[in-house]
Amino acid sequence: MTATKAPIEPPSQQRTVRRPGDRLFSGAAKGSGIFILLVLAGVAAFLISEALPALTAPSEEIPGGEGLASYVGPLILGTLLGAVIALLVATPLAVGIALYVTYYAPRRIAAGMGYVIDLLAAIPSVVYGFWGIAVLAPQLVPFHQWLTDTLGFLPFFAGPASTSGRTMLTVGIVLGVMILPIISAISREVFSQAPALHREAALALGATRWEMIRMAVLPYGKSGVIAGAMLGLGRALGETMAVAIILSGGAGATLNVISNSNPSTIASNIALSFPEATGLDVNTLIASGLALFLITLVVNMLARWIVNRRADFSGAN
Amino acid sequence: MKLSTRSRAVVLSTALASTLTLAACGAANESEGSSGGGSGSSAAELSGELVGVGATSQQSAMEAWQAGFEGEYPDVQFSYAPEGSGAGREQFVNGSADFAGSDAALDEEELTAAAERCGGGEVFELPNYISPIAVAFNLEGVDELNLSPATIAGIFSNTITTWNDPAIAAENPDATLPDTAITAVHRADDSGTTENFTDYLFQAAGDVWTSEPDGEWPLPGGESAQGTSGVIEVVTNTPGAITYADASRAGELGVAAVAVGGEFVAPSAEAAAAVVENSPAVEGRGEYDFAIEVNRLTEESGEYPIVLVSYHIGCIEYDDQAKADNVKAFMSYVISEDGQATASENAGNAEISDTLREQAQGAVDAITAAA
Amino acid sequence: MSIDTQSAPQPTRHAAGPVRTRRRLPRFAPLGVYLAGIAAGAALSALTGFSVVTTVVYGVVLGTLAVYVVSRSVEGQRKATDRLVTSLVTTAFAIAMVPLVSLVYTVLDNGLPRFDAAFFTNSMYRVVGEGGGAYHAILGTVIITALATVISVPIGLLTAIYLVEYGTGRLKRAITFFVDVMTGIPSIVAGLFSFALFTLVFGNSVRLGVMGAVALSVLMIPVVVRSCEEVLKLVPNELREASYALGVPKWRTVVKVVLPTAVAGLGTGITLAVARVVGETAPLLVTVGLITGTNLNPFDGRMATLPVFAYFQLTQPGTATQAFLDRAWTAALVLIILVMVLNVVARLISRFFAPKTGR
Repeated sequence: MTATKAPIEPPSQQRTVRRPGDRLFSGAAKGSGIFILLVLAGVAAFLISEALPALTAPSEEIPGGEGLASYVGPLILGTLLGAVIALLVATPLAVGIALYVTYYAPRRIAAGMGYVIDLLAAIPSVVYGFWGIAVLAPQLVPFHQWLTDTLGFLPFFAGPASTSGRTMLTVGIVLGVMILPIISAISREVFSQAPALHREAALALGATRWEMIRMAVLPYGKSGVIAGAMLGLGRALGETMAVAIILSGGAGATLNVISNSNPSTIASNIALSFPEATGLDVNTLIASGLALFLITLVVNMLARWIVNRRADFSGAN
Repeated sequence: MKLSTRSRAVVLSTALASTLTLAACGAANESEGSSGGGSGSSAAELSGELVGVGATSQQSAMEAWQAGFEGEYPDVQFSYAPEGSGAGREQFVNGSADFAGSDAALDEEELTAAAERCGGGEVFELPNYISPIAVAFNLEGVDELNLSPATIAGIFSNTITTWNDPAIAAENPDATLPDTAITAVHRADDSGTTENFTDYLFQAAGDVWTSEPDGEWPLPGGESAQGTSGVIEVVTNTPGAITYADASRAGELGVAAVAVGGEFVAPSAEAAAAVVENSPAVEGRGEYDFAIEVNRLTEESGEYPIVLVSYHIGCIEYDDQAKADNVKAFMSYVISEDGQATASENAGNAEISDTLREQAQGAVDAITAAA
Repeated sequence: MSIDTQSAPQPTRHAAGPVRTRRRLPRFAPLGVYLAGIAAGAALSALTGFSVVTTVVYGVVLGTLAVYVVSRSVEGQRKATDRLVTSLVTTAFAIAMVPLVSLVYTVLDNGLPRFDAAFFTNSMYRVVGEGGGAYHAILGTVIITALATVISVPIGLLTAIYLVEYGTGRLKRAITFFVDVMTGIPSIVAGLFSFALFTLVFGNSVRLGVMGAVALSVLMIPVVVRSCEEVLKLVPNELREASYALGVPKWRTVVKVVLPTAVAGLGTGITLAVARVVGETAPLLVTVGLITGTNLNPFDGRMATLPVFAYFQLTQPGTATQAFLDRAWTAALVLIILVMVLNVVARLISRFFAPKTGR
């Protein structure tokens, strides 16, 4: 075929022959992608234009009277603390769950078990909030006391331990539970796609199940786990209602995660203060939203850099 | 048997659509409500829209007012969006709400803008929702305490840290006070309740409490929780905790009586209404603007100074006859004895006194449409 | 020394027999050892003042250790590590079940008292105190979420197709990156954005159901793109190449070959995206507000939605507090059931449309 056509036109032109349907479809696909970029640009423009008065205002007019940085600073710290605890709680658990469902659970019930964990994603965040304040926080009070008794020399557990349990630690645990299904679903997907040939080869060489997983599954699935963790992190950073309800916040910057004075998080502070805010207060809140936006941007750049150090596995590239 | 993808899609979407139509046959209570509303009033021929936006504190009272108002005027589409006082004032001023519910009166700047929104005419501000704020605590075996403003300020600024502190003991010689640590719980959200409470502490105990009144808790740190429900939940679960919240929500918690003049007054609807009635009006306001400065330093017996006053803010003159009629009808209902009683039953707020009612009636009667 | 190590194991190998060169624990022995460890944990917990939490913590730690030690002494280190990982992984799964069971129990316990016919047929129109229902809010949530899905899925799916099938170079990298950034938009910002957008066009007093749908779409689109992209990537290239080889145009290949192959995953992804937004409170509050009556037209006026309804029932109860709390928890229960039903429907649809495979 190529032999007969080659003399008439170069092969590169032949590949670019496109039908109207093709042009329309690819145009629509590309258009949607560009549309998303426009929406995001719109959101960014909205954030910047609304935040501008707060960015340019004299520092004594910002709530707290000490300037934007000292208002937003503790909030950024609180947001990061909560999200990091959530990741520390959720990632090992999620990888464990994903491994259990893909390689340990009895075949017949494995799919059902994955579905059960996915149920955690279906629970609205308001419910997480009220479960956290009414059920989990009181249960964790002795744990807080134990932490400050045994590990009190670390700045994180310096105490005094909260008597209500509504601390950054509790919030981190609840956020961890909330992002568990996201990380475990994506990890499960990539683990189950690990090449069967590699796995069987490992087993045939006499590897135990764990050695097979360590050698054939985990290296393959690492980038997927990181991608899932980053998606989960995005959710944890931006979570509003659950944090607003559970956290005893509003204090200045501190690393102590078990006392009753915690820095609030950006998203929950917006939810708590926005309804009664007027004038410059609104601009300040939106400026903190802009800060969250930038944090997400940086976190994603970081994640992308980590993931891109490995080539993507894909059927389509 | 072998369906094409398209016909499968058609089958599925028809199934989905028919489920939706089946569901969309109207709420059972609504059809009955509009036909058999049975209002005695002959002037019940209003229609159109009435939109209020504002304070969440009024939400439960507003539910009662709305239900009563809709009973009388079933054809008016009424809505109240509890987006917050700030949102309420802003949306009233920019014209997207017909009236606002707000925990604070308009400030000078907003007042100018509001006058402009009302076609250069007058603005009404009616203190229609009055709620006593209780200092509530959870202390085993103690149901009542007497506290002076300075002691309350000491507790909430963490200078008094145990229940058997001499300051508390001196005011309560008969109570057996344990040496439990005090956990002072404040609101995490920006709220009118916090603003009124800190205003009280600032005025009545200025030497202990030096922070300016603010809707956001001015001191750093300490236990905080979201909304009235949140603080009540935390105090109920934490022995030795104390907070400030709408008196109607204190439930089983102990409630403090506050020093007024020479005696101690417990929060009650009557005591709250009394202090509002005797509070001075904000100076330099319009004829129908009844913004008040609550008299926190009252020495009258039977007056309780920690109250939240929430306003209804609207225009005396609207561009549109229907709008004016609707606002007028709604406000008349709100300030009527019937309206105040149903709200009080549902929300536990204090009913306004007759003096306040007369004063408000004057403003409501004046509402008209621009010629 | 080397002679020693070579000669020393010799007798044991012979003793173990020629076929099985390593000793193994009997099939149910690890389980037995594990349970013994848990019993020891309970005993330890009883010594220090019994509580369920310490029993479980001590038990799991001791059980895991016991299995490791026994296996290590009998089966050797590699096998013991394997057993250790097995119990760790199983424990991870069990730990995840604890909050799930506790959450579901809490919602059922609080939500079932009002899970009655009146809740599904009545609105809150002229209801004060007890009674009433969430008919208006349930339909509001269904309509607004459906509208958000109708907006997000075509855009999200087409973008995913672009990224996997067409995208090259800078534009592809930019879209992938910024879609990830978009997942971090706080929900209230999405609401404010939609509000600003509509007021810019229609003036200040506009409040429409569709504004809420747009706000939810901003949150939903990145989830749809990410999950669909992952699924489309898994479609083997051989299928595409086979289709091209038959002379099928690229767009028909995508529609007729790639999408049907991936339909199960696409369904799951879209369901996850819907689940992500169906419980959102803040963006709906600022865009669609809350009403007590029923409004089924998303292009005219405010609407009620379940999360906002539940939120205000919980946070602003009147004097009949229990009635408000009951309504709130039942609303939460209904939300969860809605998502579960959706999940099942997505599975049915994908089974319905998925091509028959040879296996």
